[in-house]
Amino acid sequence: MTSELVATLLKYAVMFGVFINVAPIMNWVERRACAYIQDRPGPNRVGPLGLFQPLADAAKFLFKEDVTPAAADKLLYLMAPVLALLPAFTTFVIIPFGPDLTIDGRTIPLVVAPVETGVLLFLALSSLAVYSLVLAGYASNNKFSLIGGIRASAQLISYELALTLSVLAVLLPVNSFRLADIVAYQQAHVWNFIPQILGFFVFLVASFAETNRLPFDLPEAESELIAGFHTEYSAMRFAAFFQAEYTNMAALAALGVTLFFGGWSLPGVHISGWLGAVVGLATLVAKICVCMGVFVWVRWTFPRFRYDQLMRLGWKVLLPLSILNLILVAVMTLAGWL
Amino acid sequence: METLIFLIFAALAVASSLVVVIHRSPVYATMSLVVTLFSVAVLFVLLGAPFLGALQILIYAGAIVVLFLFVIMLLNLQKEGESAGRRRGQIWVAIPGALIFIGMVGLVFWRAGAPDLQPLTPELVSLKGLATALFSDYLLPFEIVGLLLLVAVIGATVAARRAPDAAEGTGLPPREDFVAEDTARKEARS
Amino acid sequence: MSSVPVSWYLMLAALLFAIGTVGALTRRNGISIFLSIELMLNAANLTLVAFSRQLNDHTGQLVVFFVMAVAAAEAAVGLALFIAVFRARRTIDVNRLNLMRG
Repeated sequence: MTSELVATLLKYAVMFGVFINVAPIMNWVERRACAYIQDRPGPNRVGPLGLFQPLADAAKFLFKEDVTPAAADKLLYLMAPVLALLPAFTTFVIIPFGPDLTIDGRTIPLVVAPVETGVLLFLALSSLAVYSLVLAGYASNNKFSLIGGIRASAQLISYELALTLSVLAVLLPVNSFRLADIVAYQQAHVWNFIPQILGFFVFLVASFAETNRLPFDLPEAESELIAGFHTEYSAMRFAAFFQAEYTNMAALAALGVTLFFGGWSLPGVHISGWLGAVVGLATLVAKICVCMGVFVWVRWTFPRFRYDQLMRLGWKVLLPLSILNLILVAVMTLAGWL
Repeated sequence: METLIFLIFAALAVASSLVVVIHRSPVYATMSLVVTLFSVAVLFVLLGAPFLGALQILIYAGAIVVLFLFVIMLLNLQKEGESAGRRRGQIWVAIPGALIFIGMVGLVFWRAGAPDLQPLTPELVSLKGLATALFSDYLLPFEIVGLLLLVAVIGATVAARRAPDAAEGTGLPPREDFVAEDTARKEARS
Repeated sequence: MSSVPVSWYLMLAALLFAIGTVGALTRRNGISIFLSIELMLNAANLTLVAFSRQLNDHTGQLVVFFVMAVAAAEAAVGLALFIAVFRARRTIDVNRLNLMRG
């Protein structure tokens, strides 16, 4: 009983540790990587290699003046950053990070919430991210924020469809919504991104759009709309949006690697027990880091899509491609190849 | 434990639905509706339908209410003004009517006793059973609902679009004309 | 083994339905009426799921599935109609949308 309790608390601690540290680490990685790509040094004054830069940023956010627009809708204005953090933090609960632990005869799955509706719960909670954008734009009483907010939410709900359909295609051969079953399937067969490469690319593009990252970041584009929906937010509230964006990225990256790249498993490696759990967690984190690296790389390489190009891509290209992928996977599953 | 969860989320559902019905600002009413939908989703999970709970959040709270918010912002709806007289009279009918309805339902249940919920069986909760029933016994309604959604998409697109020969407009020619004019000018020059 | 009687769920659903009806009858804003209708649909869904649990039958949950789809379709078409009406009459106040009154 005690070691089961310890294991449960450790699970929560691990998940918490992962998503609370994403934002500062990604902040540093992003600024150094973008500096490298743009052939300049980047932050290198605060600590060796600028490693304490996120700490300096956090201190700045804490001490900055909190400006609230006079005519802003107070309750909604204050609620929007909180609503941004909610889906970002809660979507991590269904990601498995290791093989089942057997303690005192009980099997403990290494997922914070081993529910039957795993992936569906992820999609449901991540679809709530729209509210923070819309409310932030509306409550700021600023035309640019409103436009940014509306554009952002239209973009999010458009690409959600392609995302959901590409995820659905992964579920077809597995016959289950649980991510643990999907990882087990990939351990038994091959990593999903090989037979479902079309679905993987649709998922990749859709996840760029879902997290408002370049090349789809027109809603918060600095050169177009000041800062879009979070123009009127300063200090800690802006930091909340910032944190929410990076955590959302990490959550979608975690889902992507679990669906398409085998999650916590490595081909041919079958360690069980606590060591297996640690190895599984390390593998998952390494894969998420690679995925986040791709996010950062793409951001500083590609130009930004214009809004109508963005919507056209979502509806006229990605949605048909994801439906095509679904049909292909269904045919392959029926033919017994998957 | 289950009673506690039920009571909390039932109270939350009732409170937020009252806010939906009473609050003057449409945006606040919509956000309260989200809270109501969330509470009902939790109640669905308590009743042994986790799939429906997730679907409720995904469809209702994640799509339908967002649509409401869009339209409210598109039309820039303000808070409702003071009563204009005509609709006010209906409140004297609506509230007693609702109270009578609740009273009747309450009477029925008070007379019938309070049967406990049947225990959850695995067949009820399993997604497989639900999906098998959906695609075997209820295949025709499923297909019809698909068709209905298609019709709704077409209808909504047509109903909400601007009239093709709009008399309003900004006075600027549409984008295509700029390009055509520009091309014509370039060709005339060369 | 649950200690919550099924009638409590049904009473809650009836309460939500009644609140929704009051809203639909007394609000002047078209969108608010729509929100109240969604509330009523949710109350019906809750009743269906409660009975599905009580009778140990999938049918209730399946009907809820269809009700959700129909509610989505209805919301889309209804809101599109509101947009069209707003373009023509510049108001959503149902008191003022009375062109067809006899």
